[in-house]
Amino acid sequence: MNWIKTENNKKINALEIPTISIEQMRSDLKEMKLRPVGFFGKQEFENVRLYVTLADDKQGKLYISSVLFTPDIKSYNSFTQDISQLHIFEREFYEEFKIEPKNHPWLKPLRKNQDEYPFFTMQGEDVHEVAVGPIHAGVIEPGHFRFMCQGEKVYNLEIMLGYQYKGIEDLFLKNPDNRLAESVCGDSVIAHNMAYSQVMEALSDTKIPERAQIIRRIALELERMAVHIGDMGAIAGDMAYLMGASIFGTTRTLVINTMLEITGSRFGRGLINTGGVNFDIDFEMSDKIRNVLDEVIKIVEKTTKTMLKSSSCISRMERTGTVSTETAYALGAVGMAARSSGINLDSRFDFKDRWYEKCPWEEDFKFTGDVYSRFKLRYKEVKQSARFIDDLLEELKDYEDGLKVPVGNLIRNAFVVSITEGWRGEVVHTAITGANAELIRYKIKDASFNNWYMLAMAVRNNGISDFPLCNKSFNLSYCANDL
Amino acid sequence: MLDTIKLKYLQGRKYIKDIKNAPMKEQFRGFPIIKSGDIDCSCCPTGAISKNPNSIDMGKCTFCGNCKCDAVQFSNFYKLASINRDALIIKENMTPEEFEKIAIQSRREIKKIFSKSLKLRQVSAGGCNGCEMELNACSNANFDMGRFGIDFVASPRHADGIVITGAITKNMAYALEDCYKSVPNPKIVILAGSCAISGGIFQNSKEINREFINKYPIDLYIPGCPIHPLTFINAILNFIK
Ligand code: SF4
Ligand code: SF4
Repeated sequence: MNWIKTENNKKINALEIPTISIEQMRSDLKEMKLRPVGFFGKQEFENVRLYVTLADDKQGKLYISSVLFTPDIKSYNSFTQDISQLHIFEREFYEEFKIEPKNHPWLKPLRKNQDEYPFFTMQGEDVHEVAVGPIHAGVIEPGHFRFMCQGEKVYNLEIMLGYQYKGIEDLFLKNPDNRLAESVCGDSVIAHNMAYSQVMEALSDTKIPERAQIIRRIALELERMAVHIGDMGAIAGDMAYLMGASIFGTTRTLVINTMLEITGSRFGRGLINTGGVNFDIDFEMSDKIRNVLDEVIKIVEKTTKTMLKSSSCISRMERTGTVSTETAYALGAVGMAARSSGINLDSRFDFKDRWYEKCPWEEDFKFTGDVYSRFKLRYKEVKQSARFIDDLLEELKDYEDGLKVPVGNLIRNAFVVSITEGWRGEVVHTAITGANAELIRYKIKDASFNNWYMLAMAVRNNGISDFPLCNKSFNLSYCANDL
Repeated sequence: MLDTIKLKYLQGRKYIKDIKNAPMKEQFRGFPIIKSGDIDCSCCPTGAISKNPNSIDMGKCTFCGNCKCDAVQFSNFYKLASINRDALIIKENMTPEEFEKIAIQSRREIKKIFSKSLKLRQVSAGGCNGCEMELNACSNANFDMGRFGIDFVASPRHADGIVITGAITKNMAYALEDCYKSVPNPKIVILAGSCAISGGIFQNSKEINREFINKYPIDLYIPGCPIHPLTFINAILNFIK
């Protein structure tokens, strides 16, 4: 088959990426049965080249190929018909390049052209619509939600996004910068900045010190812990279990204040630069981190146990917002939300990140796909990340090879995919350089991009009053979707 | 029940008693201390630095620390807000004390109307969610902003003003103005974070529309990327009390 086989964070020659026909692409997609992680276009003079990246998660490999659309091709038969996971990718491709995927089941605007958005409508005696947003009741990012309800029950939720759209991928072409990468998504500062840095390092053949690699991963796990604990508090808050909300809230503060002590920012901004890291973790700091995390885990365990003794909490979470394994798979769900629905995807392990090799990974999670499942998975991941950090801190002692190295120039005609497992799921950055070694395409795919539709499916046939709880249990990003 | 009470005991008291003098970790990058000497403007992602004479515009700065050198250091002083946009441009040899003196002069009419209770509607308009997370943190059990009568409310009709975060995308421009118009008079406008104040890291985006900022009076500028809860709460307290 005409695909280039490559790996995470490995540079390939962009000119060697094969061009195959649309029909070949279709039959390959069907035959290979791999998971799409990239499906995006690039203008090439008057033509549009569609790049497709597929992940073989079991083997930890990536496959890349492309299709060239000449200006006379205005449409093609949608791939979503066969590979449902591509539904959202095809919407994006259509929005950017106006090449229509015919017979796409849900071809609506993704982040632009909101004025023309055709909402799903429903008629009947008991049917009513509830429209919320773009400005929501709380302090949250903007998005528009439209519920079609029959009485209290949600029949369909339509989610219209795009309010945060600021053309960030184009900004990367003009001014690639670590600070911009940190601002793709403010709750996943480390994940996005790590993916960006790895792309730039691969594009310039820069090998960063091992110490820096470990420190980056410690920060990544701290970020995961902080957000998960915060979300556990938010879930508790939405069930009116205020003790949980307040304790998880202050416990999260302990984690992000530790991040502040390491990096000068509560979210780890300024820690990672292409070429390494800007701050070290010395012995004293290692001890400090360990002590704080011991304390944090103690509180989280106690609070969770107490909370889960309350039958009213359990009854709010159990069987609320359930997404079945089949649905999650069909939608192309990734990350922790997918894991809570029984899909075992975790790029840290699938792509065999060497720093996680020694980390103890247990598979014994009993998923149920509901809010309860997502809550319990968070609980499990918080404890797991604390153990990872402990191991990584131990590892850190053996590497005294500095914090950063100078970054070389970008190499021409190169193509790199970098996948990092943020707390929400995979963060995929893809970059292509041109003949003058300049960036000519920068593509970002956050886990939210795949998972927003999961939320829509989760609230079906649930009471509309459970929407906030369902929403918090996912905590998807608006800006990382809108870009 | 007993467990819950035990938990409460374990939790203890977490709130910061004296918000105005709350200690800040020394690693925090806050107010820049600038001296004369050579600085590298090209390292700044937002064009916040000027040289000869040296200055940093806190309204643009992301406090990333890239520019740290002999001439630029960052103190952990966190009261960075001002009612005057120009005052955010920090010049050579300016001390935090000097800045604090000129930053916020509270107005009598503001004190009279808002000092006991200030309800704010937050509008998130094209940032990264960092500032929103910190605004949410303002209401957690550590910072507990509600004790000063400052709260975020759900409806603009119940609000005394709006807090804008983000660079204001074209797609949010209409909703923002709509929200502003729905707030009853008298009302205030607060810009929180470098995105809101200047466009920040997104200032060169073609997809933003900052007309709102020029059209309506702005009452308070709160720098940060993201704003620290202590920066936010102290800014508001100095403004209304
Ligand atoms: S700390 Fe501020 S002034 Fe210095 S480089 Fe970063 S953004 Fe520019
Ligand atoms: S100022 Fe910084 S933290 Fe705040 S929204 Fe903008 S990029 Fe995010």
